[in-house]
Amino acid sequence: MEAFSTLTGIAAPLPMANVDTDKIIPGRFLKTIKRSGLGVHLFDQLRYDETGAERPDFVLNREPYREAGILIAHDNFGCGSSREHAPWALLDFGIRCVIAPDFADIFHGNCFKNGILPICLPRAVCDTLMEDAQLGANARITVDLVRQVVVRPNGEEIAFEIDPLRRTMLLEGLDEIGQTLGHAPSIDAFEARRQQEQPWMPVIPLV
Amino acid sequence: MPRTLFDKVWDAHVVEKLEDGTCLLYIDRHLVHEVTSPQAFEGLRLTGRRVRRPDATLAVTDHNVPTSDRSAGIAEPESRLQVETLEQNVAAFGVPYFPLLDARQGIVHIIGPEQGLSLPGMTIVCGDSHTSTHGALGALAFGIGTSEVEHVLATQTLLQRPAKNMLVRVDGTLEQGVTAKDLVLAIIGHIGTAGGTGHVIEYAGEAIRALDMAGRLTVCNMSIEAGARAGMIAPDETTFAYIEGRPYAPQGEAFQRAVEYWRTLASDEGAAYDKQALLNAADIAPMVTWGTSPETVVPIDGNVPDPAEIVDEAKRADRERMLRYMGLAPGQALAGLPIDAVFIGSCTNARIEDIRAVVKIVQGHQVAPNVRAMVVPGSGLVKLQAEAEGLDKILLESGFEWREPGCSMCLGMNPDKLAPGQRCASTSNRNFEGRQGPGGRTHLLSPAMAAAAAITGCLTDVRELA
Repeated sequence: MEAFSTLTGIAAPLPMANVDTDKIIPGRFLKTIKRSGLGVHLFDQLRYDETGAERPDFVLNREPYREAGILIAHDNFGCGSSREHAPWALLDFGIRCVIAPDFADIFHGNCFKNGILPICLPRAVCDTLMEDAQLGANARITVDLVRQVVVRPNGEEIAFEIDPLRRTMLLEGLDEIGQTLGHAPSIDAFEARRQQEQPWMPVIPLV
Repeated sequence: MPRTLFDKVWDAHVVEKLEDGTCLLYIDRHLVHEVTSPQAFEGLRLTGRRVRRPDATLAVTDHNVPTSDRSAGIAEPESRLQVETLEQNVAAFGVPYFPLLDARQGIVHIIGPEQGLSLPGMTIVCGDSHTSTHGALGALAFGIGTSEVEHVLATQTLLQRPAKNMLVRVDGTLEQGVTAKDLVLAIIGHIGTAGGTGHVIEYAGEAIRALDMAGRLTVCNMSIEAGARAGMIAPDETTFAYIEGRPYAPQGEAFQRAVEYWRTLASDEGAAYDKQALLNAADIAPMVTWGTSPETVVPIDGNVPDPAEIVDEAKRADRERMLRYMGLAPGQALAGLPIDAVFIGSCTNARIEDIRAVVKIVQGHQVAPNVRAMVVPGSGLVKLQAEAEGLDKILLESGFEWREPGCSMCLGMNPDKLAPGQRCASTSNRNFEGRQGPGGRTHLLSPAMAAAAAITGCLTDVRELA
């Protein structure tokens, strides 16, 4: 996973609530065995018409938002399916930070595994950032994970909260599985104890 | 201190508590399917890691498999590649697998409980948000992304922060013609699609206790549509009777010992919840969704709400967009709305009880002209059971398609899709834009309501048919 410390980029406004992961990437694009190459299908139904042509009014089809690195959205972003193809599609498009009043749990967790920073800020603050994001070429926002601030185009800084462990993981781009394997002795001990306490726990034989 | 069902299952699985409160949580059961696992196995391969507990893992194909005859293999190349990739991965990593032509193949959330693989008190995960289904047995079951699939394969644990507790209590009894699906749609309508975010919902109360396991599985299945991390129901005699004798469940004395433990899981008297919602079952009518979020639900005798009445500008715009997409007008009655398709299936409603409920309504009737109606059983065993009861014949004679098991038109990954603009009465769980096919319009409802719609060709109050 690529580390995340600070990011300065164009912020794209997506003033929609309950943006579900089917909307971020429809099911028919999940028939891949790779993580890469999904950016072209990001927001497929919003971005393209029935013939596959770009819808000119959709934000990511307009300059400078084709280069957006940050997305500003409304409540409950990423609800629905657990598909990690949603953050993969965002990442492949170039978006490494989403700012919204709140996120659906699974999507929120999936972002961190892929070096995407989801930031929760109060609705009123998101509305301000949404206005900033309408500034076209001037819609440049900086996200500083080290200092935990979002810097508006006018220079004003907005603090945000984040779980300390997740922050560290992102800042250092750590391999979470590698970290957990460092706890292998605890896992071994847990399994041994469970085997004693719950010997009835069924296993699945290889057939 | 009194603990909730969730607290107890959580506490029993904490391997280690890390500095900021994040826990290393042990996972008892991992269900794997073809769509969200290829990149996880690839990750293991690239890092030279193995599957820690193949004997706690089961793989099956369900999401993109065709539901037509599969004896000659899968025609669609991308789907075939994903299925073949899973088969190569389970062989390479030694993971138990139910092949496509095995009678035990089916939707992952149908077969877990069916096989006795999902048990009370377990932690169960799968790379699918509807893993919440298994919480009906008193398990802590939740959906994960592919990175976490890889994490569980490699370590049999997950890094998790504890969720909050939410209690949804439903008192009273459901009226005739009102089902578990209506109950959970009413709950989602009441608390909203983000009402459970950050929480595990425990469903309790007389109406929940009265549900059979099929109904409880339907309710917990849709917890994620209320944003909840998981849904749980305390195990009781209904649960134990359901589990006893299932292929992978403990048998004999082991079963008795397990039941002894399972009886300790129910929430303690006085346990605290961070959030509560209370509903009365008697107030609930057969429900149907009108919009593109499961929370946009009304009783079948209700009307499409008018967005003009919404003060919040963003929410109003959201609802207006839904109406445009769904081709509906404010104030329009739902009953009588013509439909093009009926889909009976999905991890929400593809159990034998659901199919029986459909047959009860359609027996002696014909599917309306111009309506395509399909029944997709949740597993090969559900299909065989239905056929043993002669239900397939009744459905076929009524004009339904009787198909092979899989996720099918719930998510439009396989060839079962709506055409743009088509309106579908669906027993599945999501009515998102394009979910059942680009431009498709989904109305979520119960199996009985879907059956009624199939016969009349329009959304219909099933109570008026009976």
